[in-house]
Amino acid sequence: MELRRDVFQAIADPTRRAIITLVALQAMTPSAIAENFDSSRQTISKHIQILRECELLEQEQNGREIYYQLNPHKMKEIADFIEPFRKLWDDRFNKLEAIMKNYQPGTPKD
Amino acid sequence: MQLKTKIDAEDGRQELRISRKFELPLELLFKAYTEPEILEQWMGTKVLKLENEKYGSWQFETTDPRGNKHRFSGVIHEFVPDRQIIRTFEMVGTGFGVQLEFLEFESITEETSRLDMHIVYRSAELRDQYLKIGMPRGLSMAHDRLQEAAEKYK
Repeated sequence: MELRRDVFQAIADPTRRAIITLVALQAMTPSAIAENFDSSRQTISKHIQILRECELLEQEQNGREIYYQLNPHKMKEIADFIEPFRKLWDDRFNKLEAIMKNYQPGTPKD
Repeated sequence: MQLKTKIDAEDGRQELRISRKFELPLELLFKAYTEPEILEQWMGTKVLKLENEKYGSWQFETTDPRGNKHRFSGVIHEFVPDRQIIRTFEMVGTGFGVQLEFLEFESITEETSRLDMHIVYRSAELRDQYLKIGMPRGLSMAHDRLQEAAEKYK
């Protein structure tokens, strides 16, 4: 599977959104998070990994336990609705750029 | 995540600016806005009508994942090749109303160009609503929850 560091793709997944909602309430250990889901531990830890890669979750060592908590800074970035809008246009413009870079003029129409 | 597009949306204002630099000569950038087959590709929409001239009009149609069709239309107020398009934009039947769009195309070097879009809405509230529906499906729900969560950190 391709590694995704795109924060918007990360939160497009329902399980990952559920993890975010859980951790928003309090810092949690990976096993405490996994208890809330029917999926395997492994699956959940993969989701956590993706959330960490796009910096939505922060890791904190507390004695022998690892706790995950939300990264407030990153959260604010997404919660600001301009960012998804900007991303939408950026995707669109990237496509435009890619298409026109390969553009071969056919028979001129005008 | 490095985005090349700049959005300028000041709080409480009824306007919005979008700007982007392209690794494309000006003529190619402009062509992407005027050739229906090209526009269809990058906008992900069907072009029903596109009259690239002063007092011309345009009409697009998209089909969402559930098969519903949505129409977008407007009139072209000014059309200056490789330089400027002034047009109106409306999502038909949504109650969002008409917005006025100023598109300025500019050459930077022979191989690069820039587009500046200035969009004016009827009110600041409509502008904000419009920004929110720009969000991909499924994301807006997550977004609401995230916003709730984010409130705690303010």
